[in-house]
Amino acid sequence: MNNSMGNKVAVFRREHFNAAHRLFNPDWDDAKNEKVFGKCALPHYHGHNYELEVKVTGKPNPKTGYVIDLKELSDLIRREIHSRFDHKNLNLDTKEFKDLNPTAENIVIVIYDLLRPHIDKKMDLHIRLYETPRNFVEYPV
Amino acid sequence: MSIVYLTRAEHFNAAHKLYNPAWSHEKNEEVFGKCANENWHGHNYELLVTVKGQPDPDTGFVFDVKRLSVIINEHVTEKLDHRNLNMDVEFMQGKMCSTENLAIGIWEQLKPHLPAGVELHCIKLYETPRIYVEYYG
Repeated sequence: MNNSMGNKVAVFRREHFNAAHRLFNPDWDDAKNEKVFGKCALPHYHGHNYELEVKVTGKPNPKTGYVIDLKELSDLIRREIHSRFDHKNLNLDTKEFKDLNPTAENIVIVIYDLLRPHIDKKMDLHIRLYETPRNFVEYPV
Repeated sequence: MSIVYLTRAEHFNAAHKLYNPAWSHEKNEEVFGKCANENWHGHNYELLVTVKGQPDPDTGFVFDVKRLSVIINEHVTEKLDHRNLNMDVEFMQGKMCSTENLAIGIWEQLKPHLPAGVELHCIKLYETPRIYVEYYG
């Protein structure tokens, strides 16, 4: 048996969803929102193709050789994330962002919290979220 | 005659929905599915504008690509970026905001602003990394 068999491996699943949003703090007036958030605060929303990378790290199960069945991870992401956010307005159509500014930072934390309870506690979970091909965030760090 | 094709890539983010106001809500859902979501969804659009012409013997340029970028920004991306395509964009008023129609609209915005000798060849517009359209006028 290979000595490296008990080592941790990271596996990744990539998914994507499209959504509209705007960045807006309801405690501020329009001028302050525009000053802080610029075009992202425009009232009629804009949108993105979000690309999501879900990383699960742990020791492969000796019986299957899997850290996690990637088909099951894909189904989980579809059920918990895609169904909530794809082709939605994050501000108007989701309960998660009813009172939370849908910045990439807040979205990545929400995605982590939605997935974490469904993944074996022995495994580490790490999320990377691309808002555009040039802007992306990671959680936890 | 040595014709060369020159392309400038730009990008913008926008919200839209596919919804025909002449149809019922049910018919819109049947035809456009999730894209008909009442409260909009959105995309990172990638725009490739290709012009063609003969390189100028003095500069070697088909067209100064910085000037091309300024024209695209002034007449297209400034009007589309971080906007709602259905509500905020004058040149899409009264049209369905499909990627096809948006590419035609962009062509019509740019064509009058290119100098003689520089011919608009193609608008290639990505709605997602996996979906794009091309329009050749």
